[in-house]
Formats: sequence, C-alpha cells, structure tokens
Amino acid sequence: MKKKTYDYARYGYIFSIPFAIAWLFFQFYPIIYTFIIGFTDLKGAGNTELHFLSNPFGNFIWVFKNATFRGAFVNTLVIWSLNFIPQILLALLITAWFTDRRSTIKAQGVYKVLFYLPNIITQATVAMLFACLFQYPRGVVNDLLVKMGIFSKSIEMLRYKNVARGIVIFIQTWMWYGYTSIILISGVLGISPELFEAAEVDGANAWQTFFKITLPSIKTILLFTLVTSLIGGLNMFDIPKIFQNGMPDNATMTTSLFIYNQAFAGSYQYAKASATSMVMFVVIVSLSAILFYLLRDKDEIELRRQIRLQEKEYKKRNKGL
Amino acid sequence: MANNSNLQLTVEGKDRPTVGRIIQKIIIYVVCTFLGILSILPFWIMFVNATRSTPEINSSFIAMIPSTHLFDNIKILNAKNFKPLIGFFNSLLIASCATGLAVYFSSLTAYAQVVYEWKFKNVFFSFIMAVMMLPAQVTMVGFLQMCYNLHLTDKLLMLILPAIASPSMVFFMRQYLQPSLPIEIVHSARIDGAREFYIFNKIVLPIMKPAIATQAIFSFVGSWNNLFTPMVLLSSPKKYTMPMMVSLLRGDIFKTEYGSIYAGLTLTILPLIIVYLVLSRYIVAGVALGSVKG
Repeated sequence: MKKKTYDYARYGYIFSIPFAIAWLFFQFYPIIYTFIIGFTDLKGAGNTELHFLSNPFGNFIWVFKNATFRGAFVNTLVIWSLNFIPQILLALLITAWFTDRRSTIKAQGVYKVLFYLPNIITQATVAMLFACLFQYPRGVVNDLLVKMGIFSKSIEMLRYKNVARGIVIFIQTWMWYGYTSIILISGVLGISPELFEAAEVDGANAWQTFFKITLPSIKTILLFTLVTSLIGGLNMFDIPKIFQNGMPDNATMTTSLFIYNQAFAGSYQYAKASATSMVMFVVIVSLSAILFYLLRDKDEIELRRQIRLQEKEYKKRNKGL
Repeated sequence: MANNSNLQLTVEGKDRPTVGRIIQKIIIYVVCTFLGILSILPFWIMFVNATRSTPEINSSFIAMIPSTHLFDNIKILNAKNFKPLIGFFNSLLIASCATGLAVYFSSLTAYAQVVYEWKFKNVFFSFIMAVMMLPAQVTMVGFLQMCYNLHLTDKLLMLILPAIASPSMVFFMRQYLQPSLPIEIVHSARIDGAREFYIFNKIVLPIMKPAIATQAIFSFVGSWNNLFTPMVLLSSPKKYTMPMMVSLLRGDIFKTEYGSIYAGLTLTILPLIIVYLVLSRYIVAGVALGSVKG
C-alpha cells in the first residue's frame, strides 16, 4: 500500500507553536519565577538578585501565620458566598419565569440586555461610583435617607465594616446575576422539548416540572457556574481595591488585594507576595481540576473506551485462532 | 424556536388564564422592571450629576433631569490633570491589538486541533483546558520581575503580547469549529493546490466570522476593563489606561468638585456604553452561546 502522502501532521505542530511559545513565555515562566521568588528574601523595586532563605519555607509559614492574610481569605470566601447565593437564586427564578412554557413573558430580550448591562461596565468605575453614592457628609444615598426621614442626619456609612462589605457583596450580585441568568436560560432552552411535553402529559405542575426536569437537566451548567464563579471570586480585586482599598479595618480586604498591597503598594515585599500567590495558585488549580473534570468531552471518552474494548476483543480472538 | 411558540399557544389555549396566573404575571413584570431600573439607575444618577454644577449638586444630590454644566465639569477635570483622551487612546490601542492577536492565534490553534491529526494533539488540548482558569494575579510578581530583567516595564507591548495565548478562547473556537467546518472544503482546496496557511487565512477564517465576532467583543471588553496588570506594570501617567484613570478621581483635589468626579466617571465608561447600546443583542446572544457546551 504505498501512497504518496503529504505530511499534514506537521502543520498541527506549526499552527500550535505561537500559542505554545506565548504561553511558556508569558504564563509558565512567570509562574515558575513567582514560585522560586517565594523561597527567597526578595524585596524592593528593581531588585532582581535572588537570595534563598535559610529556612526555605519561611515565607510560606509567614503567610499561614499572618492574621491579615487569614482575614482576607475568610473575607474573600464570605463575600463570594454571600454574593453567589442570592445571585444563583435570583438567576434561577428569572430562568424559571423566562422559560415557563405555560405563560410567555414578553420583552425578554430587553430585560436580558438590562440585566447584563452592569457586567460589561468597567468594575473600577462601578466601585468608584458606589463610593461616590455613599459619600459622607453629603452624598446621594445619605441625602435620600435623610430626606425620607430614615436618618436624622447623614452618617458615614462606609466606616461600618458590615455596610462596606455589604455594598461590595451587593455590587458583585448586581453585576453577575444577569450573566448567570442568561447562561441558565440558554441551558434550559437546550433541553429537549419532549421531556417537558412528557411532563405536561403526565400532569406535572410548573413547580414539579422545574424541580424534577429543569434543574436536573442543567446540573452541569450549574456546577460550571459555581466553579467559574468561585475562581473569579477568589481573584476579586478591582471592586474592593477601588471602593475602599480593603478598608474599613480590612473588612473588604481580599486575597488578591493582599498580594497587591504586599508587592506593589509601596512595601515591595515580593518574596512574601510570591509565597501568598503560590498558596492561592494551589487553591485555584485544585478548583480548575474540578472544572476540567466537568468539561471533559464525555462522548469522546466513551468512544475511545469503546475502541479500546473492541481492540482487546479483536486481539483476544486473534490469539484464540 | 418556532416549534416552541406553537406549543405554547396550544397549551395556553387549553387552560384559560386564571386569576392566579395573571397575578403571577404582574409580579414577574414588576420584579423584572424593578431589576431593569436598578441596572440603569446608578449610571443615570452618575450621568445626571455629571451635567450639574457643584452648587446645584450641593443643594440636592438627587436629581433625575440633566442640567447644562457637563462641559464645565470636564474643563475642571482637564485643569486638574485628568486626561481622559490619553486613557482612551491607550486603552483603545491595547484592547484592539490584544483582541486582534487573541482571535487570530486562538483560531489558528483551534484549527490545528480540528483539522490535523498529530501525536500530541489530545495532550495539548487537555493542557489548554487545564490552564484555562489560571488568573494573572497569582503570577504577577514573576511577570513583573521578568519584565524588569528584560527592561520591558512601563511598556504597553507587555499588555498586548500575552493575548496570543488565550486558552479559554482556543477552547471556545474549537467547540465552534468542530461541528461547523466541513473538512471537504479543506480537502478540495488542497487539491486545487492551496497551501495550508492560505486555506486557514482565506477559507477557514471567513467561516469562523460569527465566533470571531463574539469572542472579539468579550476579549475587547475584558482587555479594556482590566485594572490589575496595567496598574502593576505601567508607571508613567502618559501610559495610563481608562480604568487606571478612575483611581485618579480619588484624592483631595476632587474632594468638593462633585460634578467633575461624576463627569470623569462618565467619561471612563462612555465608550463601553455606546458599544453596548449598539451591540447589546449580539453580546447577550454571545453570553448564551458561551454556555451551550457547558
């Protein structure tokens, strides 16, 4: 079977080279570099000479013992979960409303466009805008609350830890529920209509249909949303940074902001920031692994398994002959 | 879609709308309209206050009707070294170059995944999926040190070039290309003597236009809104990007110039608002598309 072939495989490599080089250079190398710096005493802008610590894990021990970091980690998780729960509930409610087959909601397109709007606007601007709205002694919210008689005089609300944290949580929810709704709605629209028809024939009501058919069918998408949102939440930076810069009393301090403050906000503690980065890196990689597991192409894996089985079968039969 | 609406009609015809259902519908519209207003309200207040003079704002912070002092407020900004045009052009330059590189090389990488059979193909794709979610934040110290070593700090180039490796976009492009590229087209082009690069540039890229458009919008907006990397990397005010300009509005010089702070904020997002008004339908459709394979 001699055939004059032209080796196309090499184009597979050639076309992948730019991506590979750029990734190695701009992402892989910085990861390794950050990792190494984590074991040194590097600090100060413009320094590039590395001196390894006598106790190689000194910086890592420092990270785990650091009260501000631990506070920031807890904060990040608290802010994320308190934004994710209302966000996913609201998104599910909107999804149930917009995909209900018994009553059509008009102007869905307009609503989606409105719900998604905050997501596309620069987070830095949004954070600054909210800081302005809550300004003291005079600001929009203060003026409004005084006029309505709720406050007798204006209050410096952002000095209260829970108010500041609450506003960050509100901004996050407000920014992301529209995105989540659109994702979930498109997931529900992808469910085979026959399933719903069968449910209707069986006399299921709207609630039963939603909990017994819709929810189980979008399980993967829900998990996807959960994991991506968590990874995004662990990197939360723009809003706490611009809103109150982690204040008051570190109530809005997140891990990303902590790293930034260590390394780039005057103290130039590169080694400590690197160690912190690597701790977060491990957390995020573990979460990515979950996502990776969720997104793997199930059909293809099944196909490959079948092929392998058949090959085994074939070999067995050949041996038998 | 057509099937769906037909079904809904028959279902609605079967059971007449009850009082309960009408009330439910009213609740839905009220809640959705409330949420819609909530999306716009902060931006509307921002815009209105941007057009009001400081005395006007001082008399009452809450107003729903724009005034006439927008340009006065912008003048105050300019006098205080807030140069939105510089931020605008820097952000525009970074975002468009990064987007161009990202969509081209992501399509190319995805094409290599879909069309060619090579030994490490699956390994490479698994790898791309594995690094998809790695954030810039956790590698920033190493990235900055690398830039120091190469004397490339404070260069816009270092915000543009990394876009060549955009794993999540490769993932999306591959998902799009896999079912929608008829391999026969590639074969017949080869028979006609076309080279592989030519086939990709002249035949495959046009087929990918819808996916490229969607991804380009999100890549552009993401790059435009990025705050962390530029803030770490750029030091000279001439290179500031739009989101970085926002932090300039903080600080004492604007303490009492309420109108101009709001004007500054408005200017930082005006381009995005315009883009969104024009492309909102495609953007929302693009968000939905991104999840189909989720």
